[in-house]
Amino acid sequence: MRKRQWVKGMALALAFMGLALGQTGKLEIFSWWTTGGEAAGLLKLFDIYKARHPGVKIINATVAGGAGSNAKAVLKTRMLGGDPPDSFQVHMGHELIDTWVTTGFMEPLDDLYQKNGWDKVFPKGVLELLKWNGHYWSVPANIHRANVLWYNKAIFEKYGLTPPKTYDEFFAIAEKLKKEGIIPLALGDNGIWASTHVFETVLIGVLGPEGYKGLWNGTTDWRGEGVRKALETFAKMLNYVNADHAARSWDQANDLIIQGKAAMYIHGDWANADFLAKGFDGYGWAPAPGNVGIYDALSDTFGLPKKAPDPQEARWWLELLGSKEGQEAFNPLKGSICARTDCDASLFNPYLQWAMKQWQTDTIVPSLAHGAAAKESWVAAVNDVMSLFVTSRNVAQAQEMLAQACVDAGVCKQ
Amino acid sequence: MRRYRLVAFALIAPSVLLIIVFVYGFIGWTTWLSLTNQNDIIVPQVRFVGLENYIRLFHNLRFLIDLKNTLIFALLFIPGSLVLGLAGALLLNSGIRYEGVFRTIFLMPMALSFIVTGVVWRWLMNPSSGLNLMFDALGLGFLKNGWYTDPSIGIKAIALAAVWQLSGYTMALYLAGLRAIPKELYEAAQVDGASQWQFFRFVTFPLLTPVTLSAVIVLGHISLKIFDLVVAVAGISGGPAFSSDVPALYMFVTTFQANRFAQGGAISIILLMMVSFLVIPYLSWSLRREATE
Repeated sequence: MRKRQWVKGMALALAFMGLALGQTGKLEIFSWWTTGGEAAGLLKLFDIYKARHPGVKIINATVAGGAGSNAKAVLKTRMLGGDPPDSFQVHMGHELIDTWVTTGFMEPLDDLYQKNGWDKVFPKGVLELLKWNGHYWSVPANIHRANVLWYNKAIFEKYGLTPPKTYDEFFAIAEKLKKEGIIPLALGDNGIWASTHVFETVLIGVLGPEGYKGLWNGTTDWRGEGVRKALETFAKMLNYVNADHAARSWDQANDLIIQGKAAMYIHGDWANADFLAKGFDGYGWAPAPGNVGIYDALSDTFGLPKKAPDPQEARWWLELLGSKEGQEAFNPLKGSICARTDCDASLFNPYLQWAMKQWQTDTIVPSLAHGAAAKESWVAAVNDVMSLFVTSRNVAQAQEMLAQACVDAGVCKQ
Repeated sequence: MRRYRLVAFALIAPSVLLIIVFVYGFIGWTTWLSLTNQNDIIVPQVRFVGLENYIRLFHNLRFLIDLKNTLIFALLFIPGSLVLGLAGALLLNSGIRYEGVFRTIFLMPMALSFIVTGVVWRWLMNPSSGLNLMFDALGLGFLKNGWYTDPSIGIKAIALAAVWQLSGYTMALYLAGLRAIPKELYEAAQVDGASQWQFFRFVTFPLLTPVTLSAVIVLGHISLKIFDLVVAVAGISGGPAFSSDVPALYMFVTTFQANRFAQGGAISIILLMMVSFLVIPYLSWSLRREATE
């Protein structure tokens, strides 16, 4: 008996050694996709990769933590220390460009774009955000929408409400619900980015897409009427949120909708995946108030660091990521839509099908809270302003601090 | 004799070298960094900007709130732990039964990491669970409050959790101090007809002064460096309106989220100076004491 086990063990060990010898390369992918649908999507991509390139050993380097706050710190030490992964997750837009591209850490990917015809299948709004200095620097895996109003259908039906299109409608509904003892708007800003996220939709709603985009290149005045009105509107909205918002995370705020304690929730469409994961289907969705026809987008992209130890394996990975097969495998699991415009809609759930349609027709604007609109130090500064504003509601102070943040970012003049 | 010295030197040399490089070397590097304009991943031209980063900090609302929070935290946490620790030690020292059991129970929290206790306290002090529910059940509803989610409480709630964790440690320190007081002193006091209070006031208390000082140093530097407990209880954003925020947390965000390395360096150096004000007088005091003994 003993001996047979020993033989078995030896056989196994030999088998593993054989596997190891058969491998020709390796690929290290760095991300913060550790839970639920996003981890499942990532592993699915790895499966396809292994089928395409059987010899390559994949190292799944993940660092847990919402919105990648911990992962980004680890990535920074690795990149600056000259030990980059082969490819890493980074938000589309300034988070990638200002942190890693302008500083010369990344390899341009124009050849991949040409070879795969990506400049035809990704929409123009996305290509603009991926481009810097005439070159492409990363491949988008997905698109999330930030400016969605989620609502509890049962509550809306009970009181005969329809999703508010304007802020006036929103406040009328909120007042009515408050009188009925229902929390009008759920908020979970234990991570303050969730408040920045709501404020961003208000900036879009008040300033319109062009005015909002102008905030990030200095053409819209931070000291102007529009920003003041947005802050006032946001302050008024805060009168209708749950009292314990500072104790809740974004998904715990979502629970208020599921439990029927709150009626509305302005949040990104990962909330949709959270509803489904928790087995709740009594929710509806609409664009956030004032955001009709505007798609506030963020995207997880992957790029190729200059010092990547396995550049060829990384290029295969990026090609898979941008391919129709890759995007159709990953996104239904992750709960996001394809960055490509040619994915098969029947693979997706009803919300995502709606989002895919909007994606084709809406004006695309970059998300601030999720790294697309401004560089990291600017986002951190806005988060600081929000941290104070949510408590103090001091419009003048917040506006002055926001204007200063734009100056500090080197975009606005003193 | 000479060879003996050589061996001793060779034995400490590696650790001295490592400390010089990895502690003092990096303190020096951080000091230099905090005086430059390195406030991005790559700055085209790194140059000396004097105290600019420091001046900016003292005009920064968040940093000023952090300093105030540190002060409030220290004022609650240090005396709180000292009083509870001393009380516990006196009780245990009075010849109570099952002393070992109680000692272990009181000391246990210290064995846990701040992250672990932080998560527990996060739920205890969640406005809709934990302590608030308990107060309700006991008919003490008036005690209910928003804890760390209430901007007017904030850091005080964190201090409560910290006192819970470290009063057991101060108790252990005091207990050791009490056991070290020679019996003869009490006998002499008894002969002089001292009352129970006088025992404490004129014998126990003065002889515990060195223990108190050590405890103040340890607790003081914990209150300046506190980071993990705040993150675990109030979250990485430092609570609403930074009511639970502390300099160490701001340093982390500034350095690793905003990429403002020079600014982050300046916060570290200010923290280091604050700790030095606490530790250096203590070190010189205890070194002098050693020399005279």
